[in-house]
Amino acid sequence: MAEVATADVAHDDHHHEHEESFWSKYVFSTDHKIIGFQYMFTGIAMALIGGYFAYVFRMQLAFPGSSVPFFGLVSPAAYNSLVTNHGTIMIFWVAMPVLIAAMGNFLIPLMIGCDDMVFPRVNRLSYQIFLLSAIVLIASFFVPGGGFGGAWTAYPPLSAMAKYNATPFGAPMWLIAVTLEIVAFLLGGINFITTVMNARAKGMRMYDIPIVIWMIVIASMLFMASVGPLVAGAVMLLFDQTLGTTFFDASAGGDPVLWQHLFWFFGHPEVYVVLLPAMGIVAEVMCTFARKKLFAYKMILYATIGLGILSFFVWAHHQFISGVDPRAAYLFTTTTLLISIPVAIMLFAYIATLYGGSIQFTTAMLFALSFLAEFLIGGVTGIWLGSSGVDIYLHDTYFVLAHFHYTFFPIAIIGTYTAIYYWFPKMFGRKMNETWGKIHFWGTIISFNCIFIPLFVLGAAGQHRRIYNYQHFPDLAGADMQDMRVFATISLVVMLLFQIPFIINFIVSLKYGEKADKNPWKANTLEWVAPSPPPHGNFPDGFPEVYRGPYEFAHPDREDDYWPQNEPGNQKPKT
Amino acid sequence: MAHQIIATSRSATGIPTGRLAVWWVVASEIFIFGGLIAAYLLNRFLHGSWAQEAAATSTLIGGINTFWLLTSSWFVVIAHHYSEQKNAKKTRQFLWLTILLGGFFMGFKFVEYYKEITHGMTLFTNNFWSFYYTATGLHGFHVLCGMVIMAIIAEGDIKNERNWHRVENIGIYWHFVDIVWIFLFPLLYIAK
Amino acid sequence: MAGNSLKKYNQIYVALLILFIISVLGPELADILGMEGLSRMALILPTAFGIAIVKAYMVAAHFMHLKTEKIYAPYILLASLALMFVFFFGVKIDIMAAEGHNWEKPYEEPTGSAGHHGDSHHDHGEKADDHH
Repeated sequence: MAEVATADVAHDDHHHEHEESFWSKYVFSTDHKIIGFQYMFTGIAMALIGGYFAYVFRMQLAFPGSSVPFFGLVSPAAYNSLVTNHGTIMIFWVAMPVLIAAMGNFLIPLMIGCDDMVFPRVNRLSYQIFLLSAIVLIASFFVPGGGFGGAWTAYPPLSAMAKYNATPFGAPMWLIAVTLEIVAFLLGGINFITTVMNARAKGMRMYDIPIVIWMIVIASMLFMASVGPLVAGAVMLLFDQTLGTTFFDASAGGDPVLWQHLFWFFGHPEVYVVLLPAMGIVAEVMCTFARKKLFAYKMILYATIGLGILSFFVWAHHQFISGVDPRAAYLFTTTTLLISIPVAIMLFAYIATLYGGSIQFTTAMLFALSFLAEFLIGGVTGIWLGSSGVDIYLHDTYFVLAHFHYTFFPIAIIGTYTAIYYWFPKMFGRKMNETWGKIHFWGTIISFNCIFIPLFVLGAAGQHRRIYNYQHFPDLAGADMQDMRVFATISLVVMLLFQIPFIINFIVSLKYGEKADKNPWKANTLEWVAPSPPPHGNFPDGFPEVYRGPYEFAHPDREDDYWPQNEPGNQKPKT
Repeated sequence: MAHQIIATSRSATGIPTGRLAVWWVVASEIFIFGGLIAAYLLNRFLHGSWAQEAAATSTLIGGINTFWLLTSSWFVVIAHHYSEQKNAKKTRQFLWLTILLGGFFMGFKFVEYYKEITHGMTLFTNNFWSFYYTATGLHGFHVLCGMVIMAIIAEGDIKNERNWHRVENIGIYWHFVDIVWIFLFPLLYIAK
Repeated sequence: MAGNSLKKYNQIYVALLILFIISVLGPELADILGMEGLSRMALILPTAFGIAIVKAYMVAAHFMHLKTEKIYAPYILLASLALMFVFFFGVKIDIMAAEGHNWEKPYEEPTGSAGHHGDSHHDHGEKADDHH
């Protein structure tokens, strides 16, 4: 196999693909890397919108009634719409596209050693549908009545009838956008699963697949399996909204709680759909920068599969106060507490991976480590909320909100940054600036905790969610509570400002960053065999063959402390 | 793009890539129809009066439509048989026969809808009829998609004697749509 | 798949047709004999749904070639089906509970033919016409 010597050949892939115009190369490309970038940049753009929404409604909560800079006065309807679409965007248009679609598209063919997805044109179609869904969602903010304001869970009857939600156009457009997005990810997911099942490099057996690929594939399976009932439910809700059927109308024999089941049967596995790729990314980064083999690879894999299966048995814990039968609540409490076991196994295995390693504190590694710490807080508070008795008090308070931000922020934001800092050299052939990366890291992490720790306290004190102005509620309008709201809001603004160094670092590094060779981090997996950035077709020196597992760091039989998967040792490729 | 993708030709599982993907498509369709049918069944068990509503559906037209779909399933498997022998003429003939039966199905479906709507049983009559139109409509949409894809395969691929495996892939999808109807038929028509 | 001959496909098709006719006749017979309650259930459930399962199995096993397909495919499909049962029963324990403390029921279930609204009566007539 070619070593580092030929690394710089493919730096400018304009030389490789002569006849292609800008449009066919970057917009209508079927190359998995370009599609991955399309997903990533769309996701980052949507993250900016979602972050802006968060800024506007946090400002309203901290300084109710005053005009918000860059927005103006926030009306109650606008507040509802902002909250709803912040949640929707961050989950469906940021976490999903960046973590699964972008990373899956970029990493899967590279890490399993083939040239592209098995269905490149389906892949392109998937992105185009996704883009369309994003456009429909953004358009829904500008129709008469404004964007949908019935929370991202869209419970009927609020979501089903325009007379309640007052968004006759926003609500159906929101639903159509979500459904299109689901279709896009179904297409993408089928492509991912089929690619990994069928197109692996010669010699790559089940346990030689890098853990991040396993996790993306299991996440795609979970998504596919959980989303079907929601698609059916979305069709039913759309008919309720636009045509006037009564699927979810209790006064006509329908059942609004049925929607909650259809939604949360998807909604809870969805948490794991976005969690797993982030967990996988963190595992890759930790092994590389601790220079150690992943502790208990098989155990992590089995725990992941167990997690996936269990995640289909917990959905009703979102409905403890929706009138669910107490016996059912007991059942779902049990499964919810059980599901913390596989997650704990994974986290402990990660910590064991770090034990005794020679840890390099690169920016990617810092983000990976902070993922463990922050997600742990999210996970532990989840156990409290999973107990139906405790949940009755805490349900729909800011405690819940802080809990899931402590899970989703590590997943969607920290996971994404981990991946970008780690794979940036492979994506663009240059490294990002580490100093600015560390400034970005500390600014983000500290301000993140400053936002949500006060919200835990406020939630435990009884501050309810989805309230436009707490000054209308004497119990919640005390000066000390308001101080905490102001503190959280200021922390949010600080956090948003700390994203500017990242964006500048990203753009500047694209052009002026330190050039990276093929394998700048001295990692083992197959994507580091390809040139940085990989040309169309990925492996110009021939497809790699796999001789060993992905995490052979510090192997006693070898001088170097890493042993790439494709380097023949004394054994033949396994078939 | 002229670039030939090597990934598509690999087959670590032993199942050709296209067929493997169709299995996953079928799995995802099971979830969509499964969710809808589960929602219908829960309502059906809850509402005793739906048995009478179900009695109002036309078993005759539903039965004839079952016959069309069963026969079309038979035809498409014969088309697959001939595609394995690389017999383009016969394959195309049976693909088009399948499409024709799909067309019969859709035609009868429209007659049925027309009769029901003119007799006052619309999407809005009550939730049984909402489910009836949603489920049969979603299924009809799948039949229509299958017909279009099959026509593209017959004229685009088989006529030019290439991509023979696609006949089997569309066949699997078509059989799945048939199976969905096999369950919708008792659920909406004959159980009362 | 060399083992699949046209003859076998034809046999499966004929079997499917016979099963189909039985599945229509069963519930019709229940109507004609005026069966009610348990005996009606005992006739309709196996003829309508039992046979549907058999038919679905035959189509899946022989027409979709699941019998000779690699083991992945049937596992994928069976797992999907199993999950739908999880969904159904998980929702059932909640949704099917239609009584509770302080529950208000805004919807009145039409009982029998007495509370049945007009157009459905109309359907019955339509239905009877279809039989002839």
